[in-house]
Amino acid sequence: MAEIRLENVAKAFGSFTAVNGVDLTVDHGAFFVILGPSGCGKTTTLRMTAGLELPTSGRILLDGEDVTALPASARDIAFVFQMFALYPHMNVRQNIGFPLKCQNYPRAEIRRNVGETARLLRIDHLLERRVGGLSGGDRQRVALGRAIVRRPKAFLMDEPLGALDSEFRHLMCGELRELHSRIDATTVYITHDQLEAMAMADRIAIMNQGRVEQTGTPQEIYDRPRTMFVADFIGAPSMSFLGLRASPRRGDRSIAVDGVPVEMPEMLEDRPEGKFALGVRPENVSFADASRLRGQVIGAEYLGTTQIVTVTTASGQIKARLPSGKAVHIGESVGLALRPDRLSLFDAVSGQALQSALYAGGQHG
Amino acid sequence: MAEVALVDVSKSFGAVDAVRNLSLSIANGEFVVLLGPTGAGKTTTLRLIAGLERPDRGNVLIQGRIVTEAVPAERDVAFVFQQYSLYPHLTVYDNLAFPLRSPARRMDEQLVRRRIHQVAELLHVEQKLGNRATALSGGEMQRVAIGRALVREPAVYLMDEPLSSLDAKLRAELRLELKRIQRELGTTILYVTHDQIEAMTMADRIGVMNEGVLIQLGTPREIYERPDNAYVASRLGAPAINLVPAELLAGGAMPPNARTVGLRTEHIRMICSADGPGPVAQVHWVEHLGDQNHVHLKIASHSLVTLADPAQQLKAGDRVSLAFDDPLYFDQAGNRVAANESGRQA
Repeated sequence: MAEIRLENVAKAFGSFTAVNGVDLTVDHGAFFVILGPSGCGKTTTLRMTAGLELPTSGRILLDGEDVTALPASARDIAFVFQMFALYPHMNVRQNIGFPLKCQNYPRAEIRRNVGETARLLRIDHLLERRVGGLSGGDRQRVALGRAIVRRPKAFLMDEPLGALDSEFRHLMCGELRELHSRIDATTVYITHDQLEAMAMADRIAIMNQGRVEQTGTPQEIYDRPRTMFVADFIGAPSMSFLGLRASPRRGDRSIAVDGVPVEMPEMLEDRPEGKFALGVRPENVSFADASRLRGQVIGAEYLGTTQIVTVTTASGQIKARLPSGKAVHIGESVGLALRPDRLSLFDAVSGQALQSALYAGGQHG
Repeated sequence: MAEVALVDVSKSFGAVDAVRNLSLSIANGEFVVLLGPTGAGKTTTLRLIAGLERPDRGNVLIQGRIVTEAVPAERDVAFVFQQYSLYPHLTVYDNLAFPLRSPARRMDEQLVRRRIHQVAELLHVEQKLGNRATALSGGEMQRVAIGRALVREPAVYLMDEPLSSLDAKLRAELRLELKRIQRELGTTILYVTHDQIEAMTMADRIGVMNEGVLIQLGTPREIYERPDNAYVASRLGAPAINLVPAELLAGGAMPPNARTVGLRTEHIRMICSADGPGPVAQVHWVEHLGDQNHVHLKIASHSLVTLADPAQQLKAGDRVSLAFDDPLYFDQAGNRVAANESGRQA
């Protein structure tokens, strides 16, 4: 177990800044996910934490000890790449024991540790089998076994499930998470898949262009995104934004969208007149004939249980998640109702969320 | 006329029957998605059409012509692979231009440039045209790989999970783009995926495959609402359909030969009290996934997963009674049986 801390860590490759002043604290035993689009700097951040890259500036602390300049081998951290990489000519026992053999552990100890690890992963009945004949799931478990057999202080995982198909990925997500609760090891996990992140993380850090945009629990990040980038990156489909001009005042409980007052969480700050964006998630939009907030249906994506209906309004496009039994016609004019307690207001220029009762946690359900 | 047709095609690799007696016909301008798990035979089917594999039996037709024996270059197809395969020493521009400059179909450079700029804009890589392929992120490389197929105008595009390595946002964006491009240009696409959302949102018709066999072919709505069997039902829908033994729900009128009941989230109504007429279940836990909250219910020793209505404040330990609207019924063999009329009203 270990606490990992990154203090103002930066990394430049020539003139390109991959990581630009990242501060992160990963608590003892936490399952911490770094989420972001490709090129956001998440892999570089992980590689610096592992000791595979040297930061240009900043400090990396492992249990309070400054390890910034230590090589990977001196950090007692296991780095898990693609989990499928097994040695095909070895059996399961040899594959799992390999890292210990490399470090010249005595044979008896290797045997004991491998046995324990296999029991933990519930593959002890497969120890003498060749890896070639194993199912995909068991191969993953063996690869995982090879990473945990040393009992390192922390695990760093770089999209380990990226190559798997979706059901299997879902299954392995569950197993990884369960394994984590059994061995309680600090884990930093990188992915671009928000569902993986939502399903597994204790905390998520969302990165964009080398910076951390927001850190929080999955539910916090989903319900109270601090920036438009986060709001847009999380959620499938993502949050819709309605553009407007306003001068929001502390205490306001509604805001005019194209002249129509829309109820929202109470504002907790004053802003001069400017451009803002009202953010609403698809599941918080419904059709209401009487509403004066109107738009035209331009598309419907059938998903089985639900459908995603896209509506254009004078203030921007809005997506609604509706039951697929509801008849929707392309081109029809509809009235829209937005669930008031779940709306976010953003400064459209800086992208930052304004303080409101929702963000203060007052109305969080 | 069918752009592509497979007639009773089989292919095995040693003892493994990768594709068994597959017949499939794709119309001009149609977007067909083959959906199935790893090992279902989807990729082999694409490779048979491309000419990268030769069938043991059966025929492959492209635009009415039998091409079973033809080499890949003689078939008018463009293939997009799951893993990007770019020329690392070339720029993005030259990678995109490569298929257009091949000696077999040389194109005027002016035309090449116009085509590349069109495609680059479509895929949001127009700023990267001068970059070397190796200086791109994974997502960008995959977009360029897709672009390399799109610059050509073949009889059919064969796409093997082209979006699976991209992040969710980009994937959703490209899904819509690909569908739009296909509709506008009237291109014919055979697309392979294990992602049900890609299949549901892009396909004119979905073919569900498993173990080398095409199990059902139909529009997304047909496949979702009227699956031929329990396997197909379980392939589509999130959360997945709950398959429970019929005796568990005894009481409602159901077809006499029903052995399994398929309950999707829209078939289940939860009544927040334990004294409704239906069976009583206990809330095991509520899983928060952001946009959806999954309620895990225990009924006897069986688990059910359904979507929570955000207005219904459920918590672990709560007891609810259940009512069912038009569930699906399956017989002993797993084939769907129609609900009888009284069952419909139950």
